[in-house]
Amino acid sequence: MDRLDELEAQSIYVLREAFAKLDKIALLWSLGKDSNVMIWLARKAFFGRLPFPAMHVDTGKKFKEMYAFRERYAKEWGLNLILEDCPPIEAVDPSLPPAARSAARKTEGLKLALEKHGFDGLIAGIRRDEEATRAKERFFSPRGVTGDWNVKDQPPELWDQFNTTVPPQDRKRGAHLRIHPILQWTEIDIWAYTRREGIPLIPLYFANKGLRYRSLGDEDITRPVASRATTVDEIIAELRHTKVPERSGRLLDHETEDAFERLRTAGYL
Amino acid sequence: MNAAPALKLEPAVETAAPALLRIVIVGHVDHGKSTLIGRLIHDTGSLPDGKLEAIRAISERRGMPFEWSFLLDALQAERDQGITIDTSQIRFQTAHRDVVLIDAPGHVEFLRNMVTGAAQADAALLVIDAAEGVREQSRRHGFLLHLLGVDQVTVIVNKMDKVGHSAEVFERIETEFRGYLENLGVKPRAFIPVAARDGDMIHGRGTAMGWYTGPTVVEAIDACEPARPLDAMALRLAVQDIYKFDDRRIIAGRVESGRVSVGDGLVFLPSGKLAEVRSIESWPQPSAGQEVEALDAGRPFGITLDREIFIERGEIGALRLARPSLAHVLKTRLFWLGEEPITIGSKLTLKLATAEVPASIASIEAVVDTGSLAESPASRIERNQVADVSFSLSRPIAADPHAQNPRTGRFVLDQGGRICGGGVVLQTFEGSKRRASPNVTPVASAITEAERIARTGHRGAVVWLTGLPSSGKSTVGRALERVLFDRGGHPVLLDGDTLRTGINGDLGFSKEDRSENIRRTAELAVFLARQGQIAIVALVSPSAGDRAVAREIGGAHFFEVHIKASVDTCAARDPKGLYAKALAGEIKGFTGVSAPYDVPEHPELVLETDRLSVAESVKRLTAGLEEREVLDANAHTLDFSI
Repeated sequence: MDRLDELEAQSIYVLREAFAKLDKIALLWSLGKDSNVMIWLARKAFFGRLPFPAMHVDTGKKFKEMYAFRERYAKEWGLNLILEDCPPIEAVDPSLPPAARSAARKTEGLKLALEKHGFDGLIAGIRRDEEATRAKERFFSPRGVTGDWNVKDQPPELWDQFNTTVPPQDRKRGAHLRIHPILQWTEIDIWAYTRREGIPLIPLYFANKGLRYRSLGDEDITRPVASRATTVDEIIAELRHTKVPERSGRLLDHETEDAFERLRTAGYL
Repeated sequence: MNAAPALKLEPAVETAAPALLRIVIVGHVDHGKSTLIGRLIHDTGSLPDGKLEAIRAISERRGMPFEWSFLLDALQAERDQGITIDTSQIRFQTAHRDVVLIDAPGHVEFLRNMVTGAAQADAALLVIDAAEGVREQSRRHGFLLHLLGVDQVTVIVNKMDKVGHSAEVFERIETEFRGYLENLGVKPRAFIPVAARDGDMIHGRGTAMGWYTGPTVVEAIDACEPARPLDAMALRLAVQDIYKFDDRRIIAGRVESGRVSVGDGLVFLPSGKLAEVRSIESWPQPSAGQEVEALDAGRPFGITLDREIFIERGEIGALRLARPSLAHVLKTRLFWLGEEPITIGSKLTLKLATAEVPASIASIEAVVDTGSLAESPASRIERNQVADVSFSLSRPIAADPHAQNPRTGRFVLDQGGRICGGGVVLQTFEGSKRRASPNVTPVASAITEAERIARTGHRGAVVWLTGLPSSGKSTVGRALERVLFDRGGHPVLLDGDTLRTGINGDLGFSKEDRSENIRRTAELAVFLARQGQIAIVALVSPSAGDRAVAREIGGAHFFEVHIKASVDTCAARDPKGLYAKALAGEIKGFTGVSAPYDVPEHPELVLETDRLSVAESVKRLTAGLEEREVLDANAHTLDFSI
């Protein structure tokens, strides 16, 4: 087995465990390259169709190409798609810097969706190499009542044995598990796997007039990077030589030292 | 905006990327792990752009000199207190390897997080501060690494700048700690003197330690190997779930070890159900002629079987001749991470592969001091302690001793929905369907299997001869007995009629009595087999259900032989005159005449005694036992003339 096979095997194991052990789960679909890989992995794990819904928590500010992608592939992949809108920006913590405040809408949207549907597990496509606080995550990460992440007291996780219990009385109040099947994958792994499997992608990842997007957040808080890569092979070649971090175009990461950690402990992805 | 840099395309599509090497860094708190990691990433050119400036900016903002540890200690609490709380990972590359570096906290408060990090590693770097020397956590981490199965350990003696780069200090620490590790049974790969702050001996050798001629840290990393998947071991399929999304009923899970192929005859434990692999499923659907025929260790699997059997998540599938134990009692070595101590009688949930079973502590054999390695008796196990413990399980699970299979020989302990400990299986004890009382702990024999094999030339086995009356079971059984005895072995013949004059003298021929007859004979036979004897059982045993019970009791020792002859042949032989009486109506419920015989569906061997001579039958039987590795095929030549 090569590295992609190992990563794939681990992700499939995690997805199958989540389905077997939890009551009601959903996969968070952000329409980006990472969550498309996750959907592909889930289709492998369950032999063609996801046996649980894919949910898009929509800020309404995504690029229009993303919405077109969603329409097409929800149908093609036979997804049971749930669409939920985020609350307006006025409903969000005003002490956060602007980009962080935008992103916190998403957290609020997640909380409302959780309450509405009663999920006890949410599958999210975060990776360790994206950002230093995400590097501290677990495969199955408990979120407390009100959805917060108690990073100082994470339960141990070893030998592919995961913490899969959410106390029933806390479920009603927002406690759930976050499941992170692609936690160990890096940006290059995602691209190499996309190439190997032929997974479809939004065209914004490819260079247009010397610019491309490495990471796709809300349109108003995402900046493209300089690039000439127009194919997956070229993107991989570019990534091998770059020292620019993937999320350098994501304004919210750089506002204050602790902005991202505060967001994550409050329940962000 | 800068112009985009020119692209340099790699020649051709890079094919299979080599497996990653996962390395955990452990050691006592404040011995410099995080700084070492920061330096390692930087010196190999793997630090992302802007990270150096970001760390400098954050260090300045906090009024500190440049803090490498801020690279991985990203949580506010970690930076505020200068301490790593939780494990983290970062990828980097040396010239030869792609590495995942796992940082683990050193403080005893966070042992559970160190265990989480170390459990994923192929190799370890254990850091010791040269000025402080070997501390308690240094030893505890070394011990846990070994328990977690991480045996490629490189020791880094850090902060050599604080002891004037002294070779004597280094050698003293090396001697002390090497001794400790070797007492544990761990052979360290290297000891390296390092000054992480200056970068000496990490990538570049620096100028202060010319007396050291061993590898740098990067060179030591390049010499480590990623863990090999367990292809060469016995097949173990961990069943995660059963899917019926369309018209296929797919058993899904992971190949923990060995290899599974289409057509394999499997047994699933603990249920004991038997079936053959009909197909290996995958998605996307392969084109015709491209179907998957086999899967190796580590792969996720989805299989369909040739018949509908009811099995559940938690079972383990294996080849019939190399199956795991069916354990009611587990003797283990474990580490406890829970807040509250545990004692005899404590109830926990034990999770091994995909099985989960309520378990209670039947006995505590010893608590192990990770510092001195001394074992002492104890009545309770405190947080962060290591102990040898026997568990009584509320129902049997499939398991292997860790020495035989590391995947099905390790487990975690769950209390209140949270993982609170883990360990390895030292021994399994199979039992009957009767639950072991918490006050009863089985005692293992003083003689090892190896010693018995050395004396007799064979392993223990239960050779179960089943067939119609007068089909030749006792004849073949006695002939086998003679052949095995003549070559120095220890055969014991358990003939059904003979047993019915003694231990089974209280039983008749009703359905219940026949079942009890078989259960007792099977328990007796497997008891002998575990002591290295070959128990040859000659019993009509007409009921498939009863034989299945015998098979479950016999476990890995069980070898079923169908002694097959037609009713006419048997009636013609009729040495005891029983068929005549049965046909005359004088004996009721006689198997073959007035009671049914269930033909065995998957015996290990069939001997057609209407065609074969006794000598030929015994020859095939011993060949079968050799193939099963009960008998040593290279031992004596056997004289088959009887």
